[in-house]
Amino acid sequence: MIPVIQLSNISKTFGGVRALINIDFEVMPGEVHCLAGENGCGKSTLIKIISGVYTPDPGANFTLMGQEHKTLSPAQARRIGVGVIWQDHALFPEMSVAENIAIESFVGLKSKLVRHKNIKDVAQKVCERLGVSFDLDAQVKTLPIAQKQLIAICRVLVSDARIVFMDEPTASLTQSETKHLLDVVRTLTAENVAVVFVSHRLAEVLEIADRVTVLRDGKKVGVYDASEMTLAKLTEKMTGLTINPAVVGQNLTKNETVLEVKQISRTGEYKDISFSIARGEVVGITGLLGAGRTELALSLFGMTRPEQGQIYLDGKAVKFKSNLEAISSGVAYVSEDRLSLGLIQDQSIENNLISTVLDKTIVCGGLLSFKKKKAIVGHWIKELSVKLGSTSDAISTLSGGNQQKVAIAKWLATKPKLLILDAPTVGVDIGAREGIFKIVRDLASKGLSILLISDEVSEVYFNSNRVLHMSNGCIQKEYVPARCNISELEDAIYGKNI
Amino acid sequence: MTKTNRKKIKRYMEGEVAGLSIFLIVIVIAFSLASPKFLTGANLSSMAIQLPELGLLTLAMLIPILSGGLNLSITYTANMSGLALAWTLQAFGGPEAGVEAFILGCVLAFSVGALSGFVIGFVVAYTKAHPILVSLSMMILMRGIGEFMSHGKDITGFPQFVQNIGQGEIGGIPIPLLVFIACAIVWHIILSRTRQGFGTYMLGSNIMATAYSGISTKRNLIILYTLSGLMCSVAGIIMLSRFNSVRVGHGESFLLITVLACFLGAVNPFGGFGRVVPVVLALIILQVLTSGLNILGSNQHLSTALWGIFLIAVMVLRWAWWRFSIKIK
Amino acid sequence: MEKIFKTHPIEAWLLIIIIATSAVLSMLSVQYFTLVNAFDLLNSISINVIFAVGLLVVLISGGIDISFAVAASVIQYVAFYVLSYLGGGNWFIGIIVAGGLGVILGAINAGLIHYFRIISIVVTIATFNIFFGLLMFLTKGVYLYDLPDWWANRVIIFEHEMANGTWAELTLPAVIMFGAISATWFLITYTSIGRQIYAFGDNPEGARRIGINVVAVQFIAYGWMGMMAGIGGLMQAHFMQEIVPNALIGRELDVLAAVVLGGATLGGGRGTVMGCVLGVLLMAIIQNGLNLLGVTPFAFKAIVGVIILLAITLSNVSFVELRAYLRMKRGQ
Repeated sequence: MIPVIQLSNISKTFGGVRALINIDFEVMPGEVHCLAGENGCGKSTLIKIISGVYTPDPGANFTLMGQEHKTLSPAQARRIGVGVIWQDHALFPEMSVAENIAIESFVGLKSKLVRHKNIKDVAQKVCERLGVSFDLDAQVKTLPIAQKQLIAICRVLVSDARIVFMDEPTASLTQSETKHLLDVVRTLTAENVAVVFVSHRLAEVLEIADRVTVLRDGKKVGVYDASEMTLAKLTEKMTGLTINPAVVGQNLTKNETVLEVKQISRTGEYKDISFSIARGEVVGITGLLGAGRTELALSLFGMTRPEQGQIYLDGKAVKFKSNLEAISSGVAYVSEDRLSLGLIQDQSIENNLISTVLDKTIVCGGLLSFKKKKAIVGHWIKELSVKLGSTSDAISTLSGGNQQKVAIAKWLATKPKLLILDAPTVGVDIGAREGIFKIVRDLASKGLSILLISDEVSEVYFNSNRVLHMSNGCIQKEYVPARCNISELEDAIYGKNI
Repeated sequence: MTKTNRKKIKRYMEGEVAGLSIFLIVIVIAFSLASPKFLTGANLSSMAIQLPELGLLTLAMLIPILSGGLNLSITYTANMSGLALAWTLQAFGGPEAGVEAFILGCVLAFSVGALSGFVIGFVVAYTKAHPILVSLSMMILMRGIGEFMSHGKDITGFPQFVQNIGQGEIGGIPIPLLVFIACAIVWHIILSRTRQGFGTYMLGSNIMATAYSGISTKRNLIILYTLSGLMCSVAGIIMLSRFNSVRVGHGESFLLITVLACFLGAVNPFGGFGRVVPVVLALIILQVLTSGLNILGSNQHLSTALWGIFLIAVMVLRWAWWRFSIKIK
Repeated sequence: MEKIFKTHPIEAWLLIIIIATSAVLSMLSVQYFTLVNAFDLLNSISINVIFAVGLLVVLISGGIDISFAVAASVIQYVAFYVLSYLGGGNWFIGIIVAGGLGVILGAINAGLIHYFRIISIVVTIATFNIFFGLLMFLTKGVYLYDLPDWWANRVIIFEHEMANGTWAELTLPAVIMFGAISATWFLITYTSIGRQIYAFGDNPEGARRIGINVVAVQFIAYGWMGMMAGIGGLMQAHFMQEIVPNALIGRELDVLAAVVLGGATLGGGRGTVMGCVLGVLLMAIIQNGLNLLGVTPFAFKAIVGVIILLAITLSNVSFVELRAYLRMKRGQ
């Protein structure tokens, strides 16, 4: 068999920084190949080179579908059969499903006029091929995220792709949606289409992939058969570190209760939720996406109001009219969406950090004091050991892990009683995750109560005193990691077999 | 906007004051060499009298732009404020009206400005409608009410002391210029040293994230548009006293110039970044261009065209600098 | 009907408001629901509609154009001199010249936006000042009255004598308006570049990645706007039978308000020709109605302002949100 693509000696330099160094990469027809590596290891750069978006440094060799190419433009790459499903910016939300799927048939100067019926036919055919169905006239913005993902896959198939790159396709899918997506991937490989999978969910990577190419710091670590890999081995290859987790053993429920929630409900979001968190305790909430975890957190943070039930903070009943009241009562919330809600990406590190505690920098006369601001910022940067150039740099210049530290710091500065961490490791490198959890454990040992929300079962299992399993808006069961196995929890969430 | 883009923008924002100052010095030297009349007291004082009107309106435009919006109603809000003062003065006897009448009139003028801004802020905050549209309809509304009530006529006949405000001097400096300087300082302090200013920058970059941080974005939006409206009132009062008359539509052509001056002063068109000092420098440059060309025998219209060309030139230079800094990296 | 409310809520609402307003007006004034008045209305909105469909295309592409009204004035002057150089010209040559000049001015905006990566509002505010400043400087503000006969004389396409002896007349600008509407509708619905303009306005980064011709999108969007500005300018001079340098200044914001009322957004990717025409029509009907009811013209603008402010406020408060809000209140 001839490889679909065979690249050798690929390097890419961005203004002195070597993003990729002498990479060889090969994918066989009908293969599911996984590209693994931490953020910033060069995965995206490699995909952009193969799809013609970037030009590699001189000396690169491309062989695509058995033909050698000197240079590659995006249009050329598509014509040869390279299809990419980008993680973001892929779809046109205001346009119809059919147009989104068939858009490439009217882009370019092949046809000057658009026949709307043709477009629907093209879209219909691809949907049938994949065994999915949509309302083709619906506007894409009205659809749930899982369907959008499938639309993006359909689009790539319209142009008869021979190899499909999927950049974090499951990042925002629930488990059952992921299952469906993996079925689609299998349909593709049965048709001899190669699929290159980029994903941070290692378990699913190992399940679907035939081979794994691991990148680290722009260099290729190696190519491995997925059947020979284990989670721990793969993590080690990606980070170059070995991590041996241990569960949190203490039982702290006898401490005084900080948060108590009694039978709160909100239509369409969560139902009949009751639990409590004691001082210094970390309570984990896990469950599939759409289980109502974030919705629950937003109500505790005062962004929404429960329709029924009661929340008690330090034994006092509270009814927050807004998040301002929640904050002043000592609740802090680190959002799952760091890019658009957790931090203001354009603004400086110091302004982000200070945004929750502006009042503390006000001196007499109601003016802000730069000196106090600097002192507060300096304190927290040191406390959480955030690595940065200058505090006046935009926060977007930091790595995911350091951004997350700032996002936590800005809430710690408010001296909260209860810290809600919603998916704190999204977009954080595996190597840096441990640092975040070390902070979490330190905080808890100092007496802070923490509600840890995550869909990565192992994260809540290894870092919480108690774990609540949530699904369909309800709490199903409480687990104590010290007294149960992680597989018990996993089975409860995913069902026995994936 | 990509990450590197943002870093670049930040870098040349810092260099902006230097760049604008150098350009200002260059054109001042060029005009002084071209004409001996440029660096005379008469010309300088005429520049000092003309600058404040546009300057005050630009300050009114600046804060909404920083918040990621615009306030298109500034000129007519200024007119309406002027009308409020004019009617009060007329009701108390026109040229014979006393200081109390003037003070009452100013209170009314400020109320009109504040109300106009408050309504815009309120609608923007609570309906999330685009500020351009809200302020555009407020502009149409203000123009409509103004024309309806004044029937498009000039309103004149004010006491002498009102004229003195517009045309007088303190220590050789025209009063309008002093008012402008005071307002610019107040604006600078509000933006750099208060909760309101901090919140304005933050929500200009990302309003949802700002709300999540516990900053009341609704209150901030309402206050910032109200501040903008109040600054319009200052402009309206100064315009009344300088021309000794009020006409709806006066200063209409300033509207887009104020936006131009903000962009020239390195205010980010998307909001979140920009400072008072470079904007004031940009205003001085525009004024020097106008006065200089005027002395050389050109007219206002040619300077209008040159302002536009100048804005394009600055933007192209920023683009070229951005390209250049990518290359050398 | 329900389906229209789902797919095109803004158009449906505008239509309902227009019908309701018309019903009220025809009860209050006998003149309202007559052919004469209907044709008057069509004649009077024609120029704004021509501008509006041009602006619509730019808004869909994700940009904004503040300079088009001033560009129309510039084109009026330049076309006047070009046509007299060509020996007078006729309607055919006139439209070609005015449209062509418009495309050139639009291309200046597009070029600055595309090649120097300057955002459209900055560019068009700059060109607004450049166009207007140079126009006033070079013409010294003179009015032109001696238009060629074909240009200045009214062209009646269809007329009908009413029972009371008045004439219902449909004039050339109205016909050109229908041409502009159909052409724009065809462009954005049925041509591949038109759909690319939508796609680019909707998601510029995604559009680039799938290989949309961004240069073509920008030049066609602003070129189309320019062409409509030129033709609209030609019609405005025809309507007024004179060319006045500052006659159109300020029109840009009125047209913008109408187009946005019709459902286009400043974010791009949204807007229909239908909505845009209904937006202009609604504003014209309100003015027309106030006129027939004998309200002083000075009050027109204030009333129109209140209506737009209300429309914008209400259209942004969706009923779903309102219901959720009420539910939340109850839950407290």
